Amino acid sequence: MNAVLRATGIEKRFGAVVAASEINISIATGQRVSLIGSNGAGKTTFVNMITGYMKPDSGQIWLAERDITALSPREITHLGVARSFQIPQLCAELSVLDNMLVATACHDRRLSFWQSARRADAVARADELLARFRLGEHRDRRVAELPGGVRKLLDIAMALTGQPQLLLLDEPTSGVSAEEKFPMMDIVMTALGAQAMTVMFVEHDMDIVERYADRVVAFYSGRIIADDVPAVALAADDVRRYVTGGH
Amino acid sequence: MSSALAATPPPTAAPTSNARFLLAGVVFTVLLIVAGAFMPKWLTFLLTLAASHGLVSLGIVLLMRGGVVSFGQGLVFAAGAYAAALVFNKLGITDAIGMALIGGAAATCIAAPFAPLLSRYRGIFFAMLTLALSMVAYGVLVKTQALGGSDGFNMGRPTLFGQALPDARVGYVLYAVTISFAAVLALLARVYFDSIRGLITLAVRDNELRVEYLGGSVRRAIGVNFVLAAFAGGAGGALTVMSLGHIDPNFSYWTTSGEFVFVAILAGWQSVLAVFVASTVLEVVRSFSSLYFPNTWQLALGLFLLFVIRFLPRGIGSLWFSRAWFRRIGGGP
Repeated sequence: MNAVLRATGIEKRFGAVVAASEINISIATGQRVSLIGSNGAGKTTFVNMITGYMKPDSGQIWLAERDITALSPREITHLGVARSFQIPQLCAELSVLDNMLVATACHDRRLSFWQSARRADAVARADELLARFRLGEHRDRRVAELPGGVRKLLDIAMALTGQPQLLLLDEPTSGVSAEEKFPMMDIVMTALGAQAMTVMFVEHDMDIVERYADRVVAFYSGRIIADDVPAVALAADDVRRYVTGGH
Repeated sequence: MSSALAATPPPTAAPTSNARFLLAGVVFTVLLIVAGAFMPKWLTFLLTLAASHGLVSLGIVLLMRGGVVSFGQGLVFAAGAYAAALVFNKLGITDAIGMALIGGAAATCIAAPFAPLLSRYRGIFFAMLTLALSMVAYGVLVKTQALGGSDGFNMGRPTLFGQALPDARVGYVLYAVTISFAAVLALLARVYFDSIRGLITLAVRDNELRVEYLGGSVRRAIGVNFVLAAFAGGAGGALTVMSLGHIDPNFSYWTTSGEFVFVAILAGWQSVLAVFVASTVLEVVRSFSSLYFPNTWQLALGLFLLFVIRFLPRGIGSLWFSRAWFRRIGGGP
């Protein structure tokens, strides 16, 4: 198996609370992996450790052949890991296009003092990505004025500007109405479709998980209690007991 | 949301160019210099100080765009002024433009070592640290007899391109030099504001976490802005001391820094031109208030600032740019 991500022996505690315990996982290139679990199960902590926001107390995280355990979020981003956030992290006072241009510039690391931020090739790239996420009509609007679902899409679109190897989506459909969840995920997956990108997404909606994931990793009290294809993982006793409640 | 999920036509790019702003800036500068020849001396002197002080506030605006405010730009103002006066008196470098550049360079050299430290801090901590540095410099200057102690020292009349400046024209020539220098730095600032780094500075102001997760360095952005602000402040100090002919430690005192912050707040962070308008307003209010209310001119200044904060929270720069335009380009000339 050609693993894009490996985590071995990951442990993380916050005082008496065990956020991660004996996490061992390997993610193959191109997989769509869903992380599930109740609140406090350790899903977001795991994502935060992969992206460098938190450091594990012990264990190692490898991106391909590179140990990224001690690297900063910025360094990990440049190695090809991108993420979106449960609460979209955007520049609220800037326009949608400017947010995309910021993302493009940060990824390119071509930080000119005099070259216009709106140079034609950067704008074209941003527009192409906005079109893929069907955000074109919002292009010149200030982010602060946008509805929550549009912000979610923009958050993910920004993460994609660097064409990462591994994309982490933290609850991409949280805060989005029930009837809009599937169309939104369709847009995301369609936008990703052309790229052989590995995706890990934290999700609470099991319908979303069943439809879009080809592997499910279930967490409970910082431990992995199931790791299999959705049909098998979601049917596991522990998952039914601690996560889905008999879904 | 639902409308966002509907198919949307491909958007068209809105080309933005600095060219018209640069052209307008050059024309405006030439007009200002020509008009100076017909102005009374008190007015050219007032505008000279407004332009040179405006450069220091321009540096603060640069920092404000990244979400931090320096309360200690008196440090770089004094560094530039002392450097210019010293090279004049000790090294015999008398060219006005050369001294302005040396002032900017000296302030940059003094500020640069502190940039990595300061870029770790935000909000009141950044402001207080910069204030502390300026007051340390004030203390050192007051106690350093070689630099004139608390009385400071005088410097002579600068030259321009090797030519001595005649008595009758010295005020106007220094006015023209200061306006030209300020215009060049203002146009460079405009280009910088519209550049990739300028846009990332605005993003840092909005959401540091996101910038870091996109691979940008927030600390580097703030550090670079601090150093650029130092150059502008140092050049402003050098141009000021050339007009005044005297330097003393008050250049680094906290009330001096406060006036630069006052101008920056008055101007707002969107517009370069507004900085110089605000600086001129401050000098006019100061001059006339000092004349008519000699002991209470700060009161008039404070009331004016309250008025601006209440009715123009984005500063006077917001008077001449529409909201839609701000949205489109994220700034103004």
